Amino acid sequence: MKAVISVTGKDNVGIIAGVSAYCADRGANIIDITQSVLQEYFAMIMLTEIDKLTVPFSDFVDGLSAFGKERGLEIHTMHEDIFNTMHHI
Amino acid sequence: MLNTADILETINMIRQENLDIRTITMGISLFDCVSDDKKRFLTNVYDKVTSTARDLVKTGEQIEKEYGIPIVNKRVSVTPVSLIGGNHTGETYVETAKTLDKAAKELGINFIGGYSALVEKGFTRGSTELINSIPEALACTERVCSSVNVASTKSGTNMDAVNLMGRIIKKTAFLTKENDSIGCAKLVVFANVPQDNPFMAGAFHGVGENECAINVGVSGPGVVASAIKRAGDVDMSALADIIKTTAFKITRVGQLVASEASKRLGVPFGIVDLSLAPTPAIGDSVARILEEMGLETCGCHGTTAALAMLNDAVKKGGVMASSHVGGLSGAFIPVSEDEGMIHAIESGCLTLEKLEAMTAVCSVGLDMIAIPGETDEAVISGIIADETAIGVQNTKTTAVRVIPVWGKGPGESVSFGGLLGYAPIADINMTSPLRFISRGGRIPAPIHSLKN
Repeated sequence: MKAVISVTGKDNVGIIAGVSAYCADRGANIIDITQSVLQEYFAMIMLTEIDKLTVPFSDFVDGLSAFGKERGLEIHTMHEDIFNTMHHI
Repeated sequence: MLNTADILETINMIRQENLDIRTITMGISLFDCVSDDKKRFLTNVYDKVTSTARDLVKTGEQIEKEYGIPIVNKRVSVTPVSLIGGNHTGETYVETAKTLDKAAKELGINFIGGYSALVEKGFTRGSTELINSIPEALACTERVCSSVNVASTKSGTNMDAVNLMGRIIKKTAFLTKENDSIGCAKLVVFANVPQDNPFMAGAFHGVGENECAINVGVSGPGVVASAIKRAGDVDMSALADIIKTTAFKITRVGQLVASEASKRLGVPFGIVDLSLAPTPAIGDSVARILEEMGLETCGCHGTTAALAMLNDAVKKGGVMASSHVGGLSGAFIPVSEDEGMIHAIESGCLTLEKLEAMTAVCSVGLDMIAIPGETDEAVISGIIADETAIGVQNTKTTAVRVIPVWGKGPGESVSFGGLLGYAPIADINMTSPLRFISRGGRIPAPIHSLKN
């Protein structure tokens, strides 16, 4: 099962490092990362494998969202199927 | 493979444009609860509802979290109570409403639908008892929703029922006058009622349905409005395509949630209802879509055409996105639940007569319209008769949910709170149709050839 993590907010040092470490600590394997910085605005989309999560998925989602809030970032974690069903027939 | 633009589009729809799943509604058959013993009957109903829907809210919340899509309501619809009440009296029917209310509280759901009767051709003893108990049942419960089907294309219109419902609505308004007659917001009068509608207040679990089924209602007026805005000045063909594409995407999410809920709860998937259901929130309005299409204010000439095109395109886009479509499926135009409609009524541009014309081409009918408390019963019956005529003749569902707000008149407003919203009291035509309504009997079913 894969989850898409989207991170948006003001650019800062260590965003990717922070999110990656959070994922690694909880057993989420990063498969792909796309990121861009437009002026001061940071946007990253991370595709992760979550079959071996060491915490329940809902805790993972809440934790990541709280992690983002502390740093002024919006982080949303969603099951990849919502994107697949919406954009692929 | 997923691409960034698609991901951002989905996230934007949910975060900025209010895309949500409006409701997961579990339909539950209560036929096996029948008993001539009052106590046993009520216990059966309570136990069946609370055990069958035990995990509904929890499962809904899990799906919500996992997929990151808000699921606003989790609800239950049951077999029309008039069909299972047997020879019980009105008093037991009211007790049944209280039992359903208690079950809804226990489950943590905000509405339970099915305090209903189907009387398009005539009354059974049970349906008479139930209909007469509606005002009291809605006054002493909080979460129970009631509906009565008074007409169908196959059977014609039961004018005795139309006449009776005018009185029932007035009585419900009176008994709930302390709360701005809110009882009437939970009571719908239908023509051609669907059996699998997940939306309140008209939801019930029809007789030809499974023992239990999951029906899902999607929403997303904000997403459609934004897509039209982004498209700019394109012609109608291009506009219809944009609406279809957007409706397809919205419905796919509904289908995903419905099949997940069905799998996790071990309950068969029923239908996805392709409705554009608005809320009173800014950016979640059907009226604003019509205005984005080019109308100065919803209600001006051109509104019916715009709505017809919108409604048709939503269905065309949605049908391919779901394996089973049903319920009401179309654009809703409830007044108090739609910020743009409220504005249109306040500005004087949108009138009851225009709304009636709009209901000929869109989902449902005259919905959540606050009218003066002193409106005569016969006038309310007249509104119902007109609306059922549109439904019966056009082979579509129509409905009336008007709220004669006790003690209030035109120029005043009323607030029901939450998703039910707020509304200015509409100034309506009070000329009496009493003699016509009091004739009673049935308007015969319409002919389906010689169409003009």
